[in-house]
Amino acid sequence: MAPRQEALLNYCIALGDDSLMLGHRLSEWCRNGPFLEEDLALTNTALDFIGRARMFFSYAAEIDDKGRSEDDFAYLRDCREYRNFLINELPNGDFAFTMARQLMVDAYDVGFFAGLSQSSDPMLAGIAAKAIKESRYHLRRSEDWILRLGDGTEESHERTQNAFNALWGYAAEMFDMTDEEQQLVKAGIAVDRGGLKADWVTTMHAVLSKATLEIPADSWAIGGGRKGEHSEHLGFLLAELQFLQRAYPGQQW
Amino acid sequence: MNQQSQPLFEIFIRSKRGLDHRHVGSLHAEDSVQALEYARDVYLRRSEGVSIWVVRSSDITASQESDVASFYDPMDDKPYRHATHFKLPKEVDNM
Repeated sequence: MAPRQEALLNYCIALGDDSLMLGHRLSEWCRNGPFLEEDLALTNTALDFIGRARMFFSYAAEIDDKGRSEDDFAYLRDCREYRNFLINELPNGDFAFTMARQLMVDAYDVGFFAGLSQSSDPMLAGIAAKAIKESRYHLRRSEDWILRLGDGTEESHERTQNAFNALWGYAAEMFDMTDEEQQLVKAGIAVDRGGLKADWVTTMHAVLSKATLEIPADSWAIGGGRKGEHSEHLGFLLAELQFLQRAYPGQQW
Repeated sequence: MNQQSQPLFEIFIRSKRGLDHRHVGSLHAEDSVQALEYARDVYLRRSEGVSIWVVRSSDITASQESDVASFYDPMDDKPYRHATHFKLPKEVDNM
């Protein structure tokens, strides 16, 4: 496989992994939502992310020269082969944590997919054009919730502040480019994620200050997701996500 | 969050341009802004509409069962009020 093709394949896999992990986490809220309407809204959002994962994986399957299918990418890889940002695999925590993570990811996604919709690769541009509409709505929702929670009761404020404090260092790798990705940027295919940071920081500052929350200090940063280095949570997530395909290989319904 | 403390909203959806908004159901939300978002997630999952109205249920004044005699019965024997003798052109849709 030519290096350019391989880089594109890895790019699709990484983007699919981001969507798959967050989609799975959000799906865990199904029937556990704080009330019926929010339960449905969270599940809708989960389906948006899983739909994205499917689009990226089926494109990856087209490029792949080993004949792997979208299901192979989703269900039959081991921990170290997943390339998602760590923030997407973290357990849901409480509702404030879920929404704080969502705001951070949604604000990033809006910038990222706006960039990717300009990609010279028509398939990636097409997926991005669909995803950006969803992400704008996701951001509207997560922003709305952070304002309610941050500027809500003493307890909701404290839980939301704690969530941002615990999540803040996970943002760094979202703006940290790999060498392979840089090559794709030069070819006009990939988005220069480093360039998204300024807008992202502006959005976060605007929402958090309006929600009477403190912007956490940039005192720590953790990454490695794009290199396959994950938190201890991913193995447990995969155990559930992959159970059916592992126990009954090739099973369909 | 206690569902009992959240106000109820009635949801109206216009399925396409040119039609009226129709009542589709109700849901609980903190305020009208949130009700609009939930209406999107609860009632428009299969792209059923192009426009949403939300109205706080407590803002609706409804006629009562006991009003039947004075409200509706008097109309029963006034058939001349019905426009039954007009033929509608085929082009007039959705009357």
